[in-house]
Amino acid sequence: MKTFFLAFYLAIKEIVRNKGRFLLVSLVIALITLLVLFIAALGEGLADGNRQYVASLDAQLVVFLEKSDYNISASRLDSNTIRAVRRVEGVADAGPVYTSTSEIVSLNEPLKISMLAAESDRPGMPLLIEGRPFRGGEASEAVIDEGVALRSGIKVGDEIEIRSTQGTQDEFFYLKVVGLVGKQSYFFQPTIFVPPATWEKMRPQPAADLSDTTPYPNIIAVKLADPAQIELVKERLLAQVPNIEVTDIETTINNIPGYSAQQSTVQTQGAFTLLIGILVIGGFFQIQVLQKVPQIGVLKAIGSSNGAVGLAAVMQIIVVTAIGVGIGGGLTYLFSLGFPPTIPLTFNGTRSLLAVIALLLIGPLGGMVSIIYAVRIEPLKALKLG
Amino acid sequence: MSAIALEVRNVIKTFSIEGGGTINAVDDVSFEVRSGEFVALVGPSGSGKTTMLSILAALLTPTGGQVLIDGQDLSRLNESKRVKLRRQKIGFTFQSNNLIPFLTAQENVDFMLRLNGGANKAGRMRSAELLSRLGLSDRLHNLPGQMSGGQQQRVAIARALIHNPAVVLADEPTASLDTERAYQVVQTFANLIHENGRAGIMVTHDLRMCKYVDRVLQMRDGKLVQVIEDKCEIEILARGGLATETIKQ
Repeated sequence: MKTFFLAFYLAIKEIVRNKGRFLLVSLVIALITLLVLFIAALGEGLADGNRQYVASLDAQLVVFLEKSDYNISASRLDSNTIRAVRRVEGVADAGPVYTSTSEIVSLNEPLKISMLAAESDRPGMPLLIEGRPFRGGEASEAVIDEGVALRSGIKVGDEIEIRSTQGTQDEFFYLKVVGLVGKQSYFFQPTIFVPPATWEKMRPQPAADLSDTTPYPNIIAVKLADPAQIELVKERLLAQVPNIEVTDIETTINNIPGYSAQQSTVQTQGAFTLLIGILVIGGFFQIQVLQKVPQIGVLKAIGSSNGAVGLAAVMQIIVVTAIGVGIGGGLTYLFSLGFPPTIPLTFNGTRSLLAVIALLLIGPLGGMVSIIYAVRIEPLKALKLG
Repeated sequence: MSAIALEVRNVIKTFSIEGGGTINAVDDVSFEVRSGEFVALVGPSGSGKTTMLSILAALLTPTGGQVLIDGQDLSRLNESKRVKLRRQKIGFTFQSNNLIPFLTAQENVDFMLRLNGGANKAGRMRSAELLSRLGLSDRLHNLPGQMSGGQQQRVAIARALIHNPAVVLADEPTASLDTERAYQVVQTFANLIHENGRAGIMVTHDLRMCKYVDRVLQMRDGKLVQVIEDKCEIEILARGGLATETIKQ
């Protein structure tokens, strides 16, 4: 305990009496923090943009067309498959999901959107936070997500105009917004939900498809009676329903085109920034220890233990790093307030928390060499007595 | 007769030299220093006096022989006990880089008390008193960088004495001072050693500083070649008289 207080005394006195020098290092750490947190937020934002809808599905399994490699866009299921899936033992409910992209043109700036279709009150349709569900059939009604509302200002009760290229013609459809769901971004675009029959009528499609009015779902979201029986139900589905492949939500997310590549790129950037942080902090503290060799020699010669000297160095690094991360976190928060919603930054993810923990660890990690060096300094050589 | 604070018995320190072979930096040296006695260790460069001081400071282990500080045999102590001994039984002043640069004069002195678990109000009052005695009452809250070399040395002396060590070691304490300051520092040092009943050993190449010591130990080629105890002889030596010539020879 005496060693701890002695080390604390030395560490704090040196920081207080050399505020400028240590603040400079804290500011460098703050800039690294800013960069790391932005990369983390970008990673989280991009991930959300890609996976938000799939990740929040009220389902445990996803049914794809056989050999579609769990790629939603490549999967197109027979319309009878949904009934077969619902009959399988262990399946509590199943809902078809239809995906396409479109554009809201009744705005000053047209807004590109994901246009998804799902059945109300079935897996695949998110919970409403405002308004009511759309009616069935070819109802010209839509439920929008918060992303659409935030970017366009569209509210429940408004009418929106959708442009869709069908064959070689642009067709325009009017939909009444009847409900609002939370953010459900898919393929980096905010989302609107429409009834399946409306979707089939409105979706962009080649001329050859126009004569067929049957909507074919891309996937089926399957909710299990007992989520613990996921493997068993998966086997039953594969055995009892023809021409399908089945996987869980996580695999579905990882197979969203570009998702894994994008995430590994962002994570690599984050890791390299942390590595640069380790080198910068390590370099600074190593130079500092080199400058303090005689001082450490005196401390040891007059009876300070290696433990006290080493612990003082560790405490300094922790304090300087914590101040830097605190400043960096504050700056990141201030900057984040000024970013428009179109930039995919999400600061509330576990990724940001992990980034902060990693940033707090890079200090002691970077300073490790200098701490070992400080502990190994021999007073005899430091004081040039030997 | 006061107690023996430091006892050196047949100490040898051998170093390997490049190209093979060994050299005895300290060669069978024996002496004693009593509490309240101030001793100068003199000799030309390479005579072994700094090596001897390092051994006395428990910073260097002798190849042979024994060093006893306050009755404790250094050769029987492990590293952590040697650190403890340095903290409790030894006071230091060095040639330069003496003080912790980010602590004020009083904090530097108090640090020895802090190391020994005695940094309380009474301790702080004692350190302020000691610094005042050394003419530094207006410098208590100055950092080393704000003080002259002489003032820094006086702070170092206060630090070396504040925790009542058995032995006080000074390595060339006047090396970076002008003559007037050097006399002042050594005289103050000597007075405090005598008053507090500590054993003081000062390594110096400046024979003029010997005028304040009780005994002069002269080393040459690692051996203790002469011990001057006679006050008159020490006075002559300090004035650069006959004894100086003897030492130079």
